[in-house]
Formats: sequence, structure tokens, C-alpha cells
Amino acid sequence: MTAFIIGGRTFKSRLMVGTGKYPDNETMVRAIEASGAEIVTVAVRRVDLDRSKDTSVLHHLDPKRFFLLANTAGCYTATDAIRYARLGREAGFNDFVKLEVIGDEETLLPDVQGLLEAAKVLVKEGFKVLAYTNEDLVTALRLEDAGCAAVMPLASPIGSGLGLLNPFSVRTIKRRLRVPVVVDAGVGTASDACVTMEQGVDGILMNTAIAAARDPVAMARAMRLAIEAGRAAFLAGRMPRREVAFPSSPTEGMLD
Amino acid sequence: MKGTIDVVINGEPRLVAPGVTLLELLRELALDPRAVVVEHNRQIVRRPALGDVRVAPGDAIELVHFVGGG
Repeated sequence: MTAFIIGGRTFKSRLMVGTGKYPDNETMVRAIEASGAEIVTVAVRRVDLDRSKDTSVLHHLDPKRFFLLANTAGCYTATDAIRYARLGREAGFNDFVKLEVIGDEETLLPDVQGLLEAAKVLVKEGFKVLAYTNEDLVTALRLEDAGCAAVMPLASPIGSGLGLLNPFSVRTIKRRLRVPVVVDAGVGTASDACVTMEQGVDGILMNTAIAAARDPVAMARAMRLAIEAGRAAFLAGRMPRREVAFPSSPTEGMLD
Repeated sequence: MKGTIDVVINGEPRLVAPGVTLLELLRELALDPRAVVVEHNRQIVRRPALGDVRVAPGDAIELVHFVGGG
């Protein structure tokens, strides 16, 4: 697998994973290890003052081993997302942020106006912004212009597991952008990951597909293989599609 | 209560000693200053400054850390 670079840092794995919704911390750690991911997302939340000892994800994940990517999940305004990003940078170990500004509670689709506004401010403050967005080319171009380190279009809504709904748009975004394109959200199973990578995108970020699988550790391994297979297939270049059959065996030399 | 001031920590009203510093407050709450980020009246207070900032009546303090998320 060829390495890829985001915000000036080189990563070997094209799979990034979340740390939410696991049945328990031990399963989470084993799944993340099985996934081979280096970039691991985390959320910024209030310390539970009654039982703070075991809620921090840092008790389970070694920040020297994993690249912790703070997100702004749950933020509905640019102001909130900027606040969370700053807190994350202070808590964290790098100046990367996975920027989310959510615009709708039911679909968790992004508020692209708030997203652009927050991205501009954070880029000015020196953040490497990885912007979670919808699969809209123009928004993706604006995010790139704003200085985002990566643009992260969704495959389908967060936690839906519906897979890649709009391969055409994702392919177009990848073709038109110079910064890395990492598909974030919506992958449900290994075939979804493989098809998504076959569009030529640089990587995938997923959480629920692994965390909510019956066996998260086994699914994490499946995802690692699917990402590699999809990337390899993209680089190999698929055969052209045909509307008619074309025999694989010679038509010559048949018996009378 | 006499000898205490009202503050809000993580959205909850609390009584603390007058003039307590943010660092002392963390110790009182049994929190490791290296594992928590402190926001004091919407301003992030960096770790080295925690011992210099004193809490005043009505202050809003947020104590955050990293939890599992996607």
C-alpha cells in the first residue's frame, strides 16, 4: 500500500476509525488494532465529575501509538464547532481537527454554510481541518479554497450503514480536488468500503460499521482487507463495462 | 453557606472556597490536570496557568476530556 499525506503528515493506513459505540473498551482496542488504522477519532465532552476515572478514552488508547483526531461532533453552529476544536487541540496532541457542523438532527447532514465559516476561522488559527461534508462538488471546492487539509464527503448519513449512495459525486470530487478526499460516514460493511475505495478516494473514516457489527474485531479486519482490495483494484484499473456478453474462451476451434 | 462562593462547573452549581485556583479546584475534584482541559468563562486556561487563575463568584467552568466518538 502506498502511503498518503494529510496536512503534511504521512500515514500508511487508508482506514481511519472512530472510538464510539463499542460494547466495551477492550473490544474497541482489539478492533482498532485489527483495523490497522493509525488515525483514530475522539470526541470532546464534559468530564463526568462523579466517575471521571474510566470515561476518558486516553485510559485505553496510547496517544503515542495512535494519531488522535479530535472531532466537533454534536456541534450545530460554527461558533460551537470552533469552541470544541480549540478545546480538542488543547486536550490533544496535534493541530488536526475533524470538523463537523451539523445542520439537521434527523439526518445529521452537514450545515455547509456553518462548516465553511468554521473552516475559515480554524485554518487561520493554524488548524489542519478535515471537513466532514456532503457529496457536493461545489462545497468541496469551497472547503479546499478555504485551506482545508482534507475534504470528507459522506457515503450516506452518519450511522446509517447504507453504503456509497452517490459514487458519481464522490468520484467527481476526487477528480477535481487536489487535497486528499476521505469518505466519512455511511459505510455499512466490507463491500461498501471496497466499492468506495474503487472510486479512487484517498481513504475512509468509519465507526459504526465496525463498532455495531456482531463481531467488531472480525469486522475491523474485514474492513482493513476491503480498503486494501479497493485501493488495489482502483490502481489496477477495472475492465470496461459492456452491455453485451463477450466470450472468455476462443470461438475458434469448436468441434463440428 | 458562609466562606464559600457559588460557581457553575460543567453546568452544575457548586460551592467552592473563595479565592481557590483552578489547579486547586481540579485537585479537589480528584482530576489530573494533564488529562483535562479547563475553560474558564469561555476562555481556555492552559495547563501552566491553572495555578494562577482564581475562581470568582458566578464563574462558569468547563472541564472536558476525550471520549469515544466517530
